[in-house]
Amino acid sequence: MIEIRNISKWYGSFQVLTDCSTKVDKGEVVVVCGPSGSGKSTLIKCVNALEPFQKGEIIINRISVGDPKTDLPKLRSHVGMVFQHFELFPHLSIIDNLRLAQVEVLGRGREEAGEKGLALLDRVGLKAHADKFPGQLSGGQQQRVAIARALAMDPFCMLFDEPTSALDPEMINEVLDVMVELAQEGMTMMVVTHEMGFARKVANRVIFMDQGQIIEDAAKEEFFGAPRSERAQHFLSKILNHC
Amino acid sequence: MDFSSIVSALPDLLQGMLLTLKLLVFAVAGGIALGTLLALARLSSNRLLSFLAGFYVNYFRSIPLLLVITWFYFIVPFMLAWATGKMHPVGAFASSLVAFMMFEAAYYCEIVRAGIQSIPKGQVNAAYALGLNYHQAMRLVVLPQAFRKMAPLLLQQSIILFQDTALVYAVGLMDFLNTARSRGDITGQLHEFLLFAGVIYFVLSFIASRIVLRLQSKLAVGQN
Repeated sequence: MIEIRNISKWYGSFQVLTDCSTKVDKGEVVVVCGPSGSGKSTLIKCVNALEPFQKGEIIINRISVGDPKTDLPKLRSHVGMVFQHFELFPHLSIIDNLRLAQVEVLGRGREEAGEKGLALLDRVGLKAHADKFPGQLSGGQQQRVAIARALAMDPFCMLFDEPTSALDPEMINEVLDVMVELAQEGMTMMVVTHEMGFARKVANRVIFMDQGQIIEDAAKEEFFGAPRSERAQHFLSKILNHC
Repeated sequence: MDFSSIVSALPDLLQGMLLTLKLLVFAVAGGIALGTLLALARLSSNRLLSFLAGFYVNYFRSIPLLLVITWFYFIVPFMLAWATGKMHPVGAFASSLVAFMMFEAAYYCEIVRAGIQSIPKGQVNAAYALGLNYHQAMRLVVLPQAFRKMAPLLLQQSIILFQDTALVYAVGLMDFLNTARSRGDITGQLHEFLLFAGVIYFVLSFIASRIVLRLQSKLAVGQN
C-alpha cells in the first residue's frame, strides 16, 4: 500500500532524513515513534508530498509520489491526513469543513456530501455540533472532526501526525478511541505518536526513528519485548515510565 | 459668512458626491481585485512573476498619485490608439479610474500579502492534504481567512482613497470638492463652500472609521 524506499531529505546542507525505507501493507497499522527532531513528522509528510524529498521513492498504490507527472491533488484526496494542530478551517462551520473537499475535489453534490458528513460526525459522536464553528469546540472534539473530515474522502489509508500531542491529557483518550476503532475496522494507518498504549493495542509494527534514520522497524511484540538498539531501549524506558 | 448659496448648490454638490462615490467604489473593487492578484504573484514561487509584481508595487508606491492621474489622462488614449489602431476619446473619468485602480492596487497588494502570510502553513497543508489544488486552497481556505483578518486595514486604505479622489480636479473632473470649489468661485462664497466640503469629508470619513473600529473589535472577539 505505502512503500518508502531509501528516502533522503535535506534542508539546505542539513540532512533531516537519511536513507529511510519501510512499508505499510493494506490493513496494517504502523506506529512511528522517536525523540523530537528525529524526523518522524517530516517522514510522514513526505508520504503525501507535503514535504518534498531529494532522494528515494515513495509508492502509494503503485503511484510514485515524487514523480513530477503524478497528479498530487488526486493522490492526496485518497490519503487521509490528521495533523497535530487539527487544522480545521476556522471560517467554515463543522459540517462545511467536512463538505468542502467532497464537493470541490470529488465533485459530490452538496446534499450527498452533507449526509456523508453528518454520518461521520455521528460516528465520532459529534453530530450535535455540525453547525458550530471550530473555535467553539474543545481540542479533542476538533481532532475528532478532523478525523471525520479525512474519512469523508473515503481514503484508502490514513496518516496521523502526532494527533494527540497538542491535546490536554483528559482529551487524549476520546481521540485515541476513534483511532483504535478505525484500526480495528481494518483501515491502513501510519501513525506518528508517543502514545505507546495505542501502539500496544492496535499496532502491527513499530518504527523507531532517531536523527533522521529508521533505527528499528519491528513487529510490535518484538519491539516492546526486546528492542535491539540501545537508543530505542533508552527512549522506551523514558517514555514508558510516564504511562 | 453667508451659507445661503450652498442650499441652491446642493443638487450640484450631490452630483459631485455621486461621482466621488462612483469613483471610490469602482477603484476599491478594482484595486482589491488587482491587488490580490499582485499579492499572489509576489508570493509565487515563480521568481520572474514575483519580481515583476514586486517591481510594480515598489514603483507605484514611489511616485505621487497626482502624477499617475495626469499621466493616465494623457497616456491611456494613446495606449488604446496603439492597441486598436485608432484614437478613442477616453474621458477623464475612465482614465482616472484606471489610475486609481492601478495605484491603489500596489497598496492593497501589501495588505493582502500580509494577510495571506498571517495564515498558518498548517492550513495550507490541510487544504492540500484533502486534495485541493493551489487555486482551490487559495480561493476556499486562505483568502477568505486573509480577507477577514485584513478587512479593517482594507477599509482604512479605502478611507484614504476616498480622500484622495479629490485629486481628480487635476484632470477637470467635477467631483464633490471640485464642484464645491467651482460653485464657491462663481458665487463669491469660496470660504463657506470649502468649509462645508471639509465638514462633509470629515463626517463621512469619521463614520467609516467608526465602522472600522467596530469591525476590528468584532473580529477580535470572533477569533477563537
